[in-house]
Amino acid sequence: MTSRKNMQVIIGGLTLNNPIMPASGAFGPEMEQALDFNRLGAIVPKSITKFPQPGNAKPRVCETNGGMINSIGIQSKGIEYFLAHTIPAFDKFQAPIIASVSAESLEEFVDVSATLANHKSIRGLELNISCPNLKGDGKAFGMDAAITRELISQVRTVTTKPIIAKLTPNVTSIQEIAVAAEKGGADGLNVANTMLAMAIDVDTRRPLIGNVMGGFSGPAVKPIIVRMIYQVAQVSSLPIIGCGGVMSGRDAIEMMIAGASAVQVGTASFINPTALTDILAEIEEYMEQNEITEIEELIGSIII
Amino acid sequence: MQRHQANVLSNKQVSNRYWHMVVDISELNIDVDPGQFFQVRCADTYFPFLRRPLSVYRINEDTIEFLYLVKGQGTSAMTKIQAGQSLDMMGPVGEGFSLDPSAGNILLVARGVGVATLAAVAQAACRQQVKCYAIMSARSRDDLLAIEFLEDYGAEVFIVTEEEGTSDVENVKRIIKEDICATTVIDAIYTCGSRRLSKLSQSIANELHIPGEIALEEHMGCGMGACFSCVCDIREGDTTKSVRVCTEGPVFPLHKVVME
Ligand SMILES: Cc1cc2nc3c(=O)[nH]c(=O)nc-3n(C[C@H](O)[C@H](O)[C@H](O)COP(=O)(O)OP(=O)(O)OC[C@H]3O[C@@H](n4cnc5c(N)ncnc54)[C@H](O)[C@@H]3O)c2cc1C
Ligand SMILES: Cc1cc2nc3c(=O)[nH]c(=O)nc-3n(C[C@H](O)[C@H](O)[C@H](O)COP(=O)(O)O)c2cc1C
Ligand code: FES
Repeated sequence: MTSRKNMQVIIGGLTLNNPIMPASGAFGPEMEQALDFNRLGAIVPKSITKFPQPGNAKPRVCETNGGMINSIGIQSKGIEYFLAHTIPAFDKFQAPIIASVSAESLEEFVDVSATLANHKSIRGLELNISCPNLKGDGKAFGMDAAITRELISQVRTVTTKPIIAKLTPNVTSIQEIAVAAEKGGADGLNVANTMLAMAIDVDTRRPLIGNVMGGFSGPAVKPIIVRMIYQVAQVSSLPIIGCGGVMSGRDAIEMMIAGASAVQVGTASFINPTALTDILAEIEEYMEQNEITEIEELIGSIII
Repeated sequence: MQRHQANVLSNKQVSNRYWHMVVDISELNIDVDPGQFFQVRCADTYFPFLRRPLSVYRINEDTIEFLYLVKGQGTSAMTKIQAGQSLDMMGPVGEGFSLDPSAGNILLVARGVGVATLAAVAQAACRQQVKCYAIMSARSRDDLLAIEFLEDYGAEVFIVTEEEGTSDVENVKRIIKEDICATTVIDAIYTCGSRRLSKLSQSIANELHIPGEIALEEHMGCGMGACFSCVCDIREGDTTKSVRVCTEGPVFPLHKVVME
């Protein structure tokens, strides 16, 4: 058990000790009681908006077969609170902080990104251009290739820190959006945010989510995400962060084989608060069993 | 808050719709307060997927007990867990009730499975020699649980049911004001389980200047304060503030809760 395994991966210039990090919105400082944050590849706080935002109507979560739908609606205390409280809560840990940005307009994306990128503790930005829970019936910036490219190229002008574009799966061609994000100057791609979904209580005939529709996550979405990682890896040379439905080390490895350089874990932490570190331990075990010393060997290693 | 595998000592049906589970916590090294809850994994499958919040019904030296209403997929799956199996539970979660040891008399107002949350208060009150008065409201007599337990703790119990036409708010109000408060000084009110009775408790507490606490329920995602699915509004001075029921609650000062 003493063989040395190198789990380091690189995402747009950021070297991570390992490829496992939390998914934005499914992670918070409160989880420190259950989880050793120093073992995370990166820390990704909940998406932050410029101004405080109240969030959506209740119920905000419901359950489906092998997953859940949420419509939190980026409840946020705004950027001032974030910088004063959230960042210090995470700053004491080794893992680099990647701040997730959400905004209602292109200008606001640039504005919030500039402020965050200027902060010394924030090592990279993840642009949430894909939240299905804001206004406009689940529409997101990331559904339009031209807007995606324009938005990222404008954020590019305000920072040299790594920019990761969090893509939406709710598009006809994720490849087209991935290419647009790369042309706009992104350093990495997150594949992907939640899938727009809906569930109805057949007894009351009412939607199970207060906002009617919401974002679907959990193990049920994983095959779709794996397919998208594979597709995006074929058209883009950017590092990919796989996100959606990872519950185990083998799920994370599957995404890496499909082409992901790193993997985010969201809903799994709700079922098991130590999911992130358990997944890491399983990956180590897999590497041990398969005599893999460099985790990077796995990335895109699919055999067709 | 930690994840535990606890040994189930028993899991039995206690009435038409309710089950009672006893769990061994002697090995877990946890302190549990009345009003706190656990996020319980109902089955070892992805359906039901999310954990279910269940408050601690009784807190003993080596065991805790849950009293649960079989409502849907999750609680149905829970009934399949047998003595000798382990229960995957995360917790204890949240801020529980506070009980002033100098209180003389307290009033519990519970509806349905709300008694599962308030019984632990009666138990703590008994230990501190605080006298309990309890309004127990339910659909029918068959749905009334824990009455003997409460009486064992020295509580004086007032039963109201739909079946007998006694559970309407006006009647409950009359019982509280005329049968209890007219002769007894109530030092605190605790409530759980019904919006109508919570509103009533809030208005009586305001009127009689009695402090109170309420245990709220909201649909939960993480049960750890991370996801913001369980929020509710709390009045703070002239403003309202959004709080998370799982970590900032589930117990809140009665006068602060904005009743929808
Ligand atoms: C802090 C807290 C303590 C609780 N304590 C108890 C208790 O001691 N005994 C007991 O019987 N019940 C208690 N409840 C309610 C209990 O959690 C729900 O009845 C249970 O989750 C229903 O699950 P189900 O799968 O059987 O029902 P379903 O209706 O199939 O549930 C579907 C989804 O809705 C959620 N949900 C449904 N009803 C509620 C509810 N009332 N509150 C929160 N989420 C709900 C479930 O968690 C699940 O995600 C408590 C709730 C909270 C928030
Ligand atoms: C309750 C909840 C809140 C979320 N909030 C955000 C958010 O603020 N920003 C964001 O980019 N993604 C958000 N997401 C999406 C997750 O980051 C992730 O993309 C999604 O849950 C899929 O991963 P999973 O299946 O591992 O959970 C949220 C997901 C959940 C379940
Ligand atoms: S259930 Fe996630 S914050 Fe309360």
